[in-house]
Amino acid sequence: MLTIRDLHVSVQDKPILKGVDLEIDAGQVHAIMGPNGSGKSTLAQVLAGHGGYQVTRGDILLDGRSILEVSPEERARAGIFLSFQYPVEIPGVANSYFLKTALNAVRRGRGEEELDSIAFLALAREKLDVVGMDPRFLSRAVNEGFSGGEKKRNEIFQMALLEPRLAILDETDSGLDIDALKAVANGINALRSPDRAFILITHYQRLLDYVVPDKVYVLANGRIVRSGGRELAQELEKRGYGWLEAAA
Amino acid sequence: MTGSKALEELASQEYRYGFVSDVEADTVARGLDEDVIRTISGKKGEPDFLLEWRLRAYRRWRTMEEPNWAKLHYPPIDYQAISYYSAPKKKALKSLDEVDPEVLRTFEKLGIPLEEQKVLAGVAVDAVFDSVSVATTFKEKLAEMGIIFSSFSEAVRNHPDLVRKYLGSVVPYSDNFFAALNSAVFSDGSFVYVPRGVRCPMELSTYFRINSANTGQFERTLIVADEGSYVSYLEGCTAPMRDENQLHAAVVELVALKDAHIKYSTVQNWYPGDKDGKGGIYNFVTKRGRALENARISWTQVETGSAITWKYPGVLLQGDHSVGEFYSVALTANRQQADTGTKMVHIGKNTRSTIVSKGISAGHGQNTYRGLVKVLKGATGARNHSECDSLLLSDTSGAHTFPYLDVRNDSSVVEHEASTSRISEDQLFYCRQRGIPEEDAVSMIVNGFCKEVFKELPMEFAVEAQKLLGVSLEGAVG
Ligand SMILES: Nc1ncnc2c1ncn2[C@@H]1O[C@H](COP(=O)(O)OP(=O)(O)OP(=O)(O)O)[C@@H](O)[C@H]1O
Ligand SMILES: [Mg+2]
Repeated sequence: MLTIRDLHVSVQDKPILKGVDLEIDAGQVHAIMGPNGSGKSTLAQVLAGHGGYQVTRGDILLDGRSILEVSPEERARAGIFLSFQYPVEIPGVANSYFLKTALNAVRRGRGEEELDSIAFLALAREKLDVVGMDPRFLSRAVNEGFSGGEKKRNEIFQMALLEPRLAILDETDSGLDIDALKAVANGINALRSPDRAFILITHYQRLLDYVVPDKVYVLANGRIVRSGGRELAQELEKRGYGWLEAAA
Repeated sequence: MTGSKALEELASQEYRYGFVSDVEADTVARGLDEDVIRTISGKKGEPDFLLEWRLRAYRRWRTMEEPNWAKLHYPPIDYQAISYYSAPKKKALKSLDEVDPEVLRTFEKLGIPLEEQKVLAGVAVDAVFDSVSVATTFKEKLAEMGIIFSSFSEAVRNHPDLVRKYLGSVVPYSDNFFAALNSAVFSDGSFVYVPRGVRCPMELSTYFRINSANTGQFERTLIVADEGSYVSYLEGCTAPMRDENQLHAAVVELVALKDAHIKYSTVQNWYPGDKDGKGGIYNFVTKRGRALENARISWTQVETGSAITWKYPGVLLQGDHSVGEFYSVALTANRQQADTGTKMVHIGKNTRSTIVSKGISAGHGQNTYRGLVKVLKGATGARNHSECDSLLLSDTSGAHTFPYLDVRNDSSVVEHEASTSRISEDQLFYCRQRGIPEEDAVSMIVNGFCKEVFKELPMEFAVEAQKLLGVSLEGAVG
């Protein structure tokens, strides 16, 4: 489904990613771990089409077609979803209004009919249940005044509604209490299917206990320096990154 | 900006009609002197008191100078080059087919009903025009309750005593240069009187005024809410208004007697001029309300039009426990300039005022908030809260805030908050990542910014105002 080929990315002429290769098929869950500042969020943002990064070399292919020239909104409509490490607040815009607009944009992209307010609300309530969120959050402004954990749950709630084909979760598990972590894992597992793929960016083994990955990578200093199965995550938990960074 | 481009053509065309070629029957020669005023008053068959009042206003106006303290730049206006009386005569088009398709597209986006589109676009409307009969039906219903709602001229004819009692009682002709000019030459406008204890059962709106909508550049509105009554009045319309006059100087006076509540909402979308600042309406408006004991006056305005806006709706909080409110959204794009705000004058005890101003600047737009909060000596326990937020959508636009405080009573509490922000790249990217196109995202974020004001608008007006912002912002970002 997604192929990343020799990807080089700079921010303001500073190289951040220095040749990343990755291949993920439908139905798979891949985890990306790695020290702070190694470029994980950069990779996530570039996949979603953030304009602040320059791809200086390499390519990103979705279903075999390069998406480098595709706008963020079109990528979203093609099924790419990013759960932000730092979800953004949009004052004055009701969560429900925002989500209905987003969902209908995505549905149009999929050639589906738009939902009216009633159908949307019914669907939203159903998805709120999956992540254990109170319906009150629908009428609040997008992320405004949400606690850290509430913001993360809200991201997963959005994912559940939008039903993406490729979901990239950037540290969605950070800062969550045990219940929230389970709710987030629940949201992911509920969506796992043979035609979906997930990239989980995380610092902790914890999430991977609930959502078992097919593959684990370590990104250090802009390169993937190690890959393996779920046992790699356990090893990292014990040994840290030092031994790998030295090798990189 | 294709929509407004088309409008530009339409409007600049009309602008030519207004200033150059219009020398038809019902137009007084250009220029202003006492004879012109006598002619205007005579044509309207006005009583002597009104003619005298106009003349006094004119004499006063001649001694006054055009204000220049606002942060506005425009070429000097030649007041002798204007014709002060022309029965609003539009060059009627035969059908909507003759109207620029881009303009129609804008109408469609705003959801303006077909018949109304015709009126706005200047298409001749036949006698069975829906809203005429609708208006008549409503008028009868209102009359049963003793509510008077008519054109100003009609009110002068039918209720001269009321007009005489309240005309100029809130905005005296001597108030300022533009108010004096208006008082001397005003053409027509609206008049509302709501009797004691009556709650006006419907919003008095554009729909009813559609026939008197083309009252031209010197409009005058007077609304009197008698003791314990309530009225909500909607001015203007979200559709791009076609108008051949460049200078507008309107006056609105509100009188809220004891325990009365007047809610006055405006959506103003006059032609703003083109991308380079050519053409467009100069809008110099004086709006003020007088609130007696325990009365409440609320101004809510959404302004996206005009090349120049000079406007400070205010409230004289005369009675004890009276309340004044001002909620405003002003958008300036391209070369538009707005200098707007409010004046809250606390005279009575325990008077309260709230000011919420949201300025949005795009393109080369310049948006100035200018507000005065004055607390007089006797206004014990007065409270004011002001909030002025500016949103910049481009590097070339500007936002300026001038709050003036004049507090002469120690027991009063006056608070002022101000902020300036930009739409962040992060916000835009977040929306786009969810599939929302950039333009829609901008309009959504801007609407969110204006939420506190929109929620004060009557429901349908709020929906229209949101759409209007979206249309006005098209292509205005970056
Ligand atoms: N806009 C930017 N301007 C300058 N430097 C940037 C910018 N964005 C990212 N960087 C730098 O790029 C590097 C990688 O950042 P990135 O956010 O991708 O790291 P990360 O792996 O997600 O880290 P963490 O685990 O702390 O979230 C960091 O050194 C960061 O400071
Ligand atoms: Mg990160």
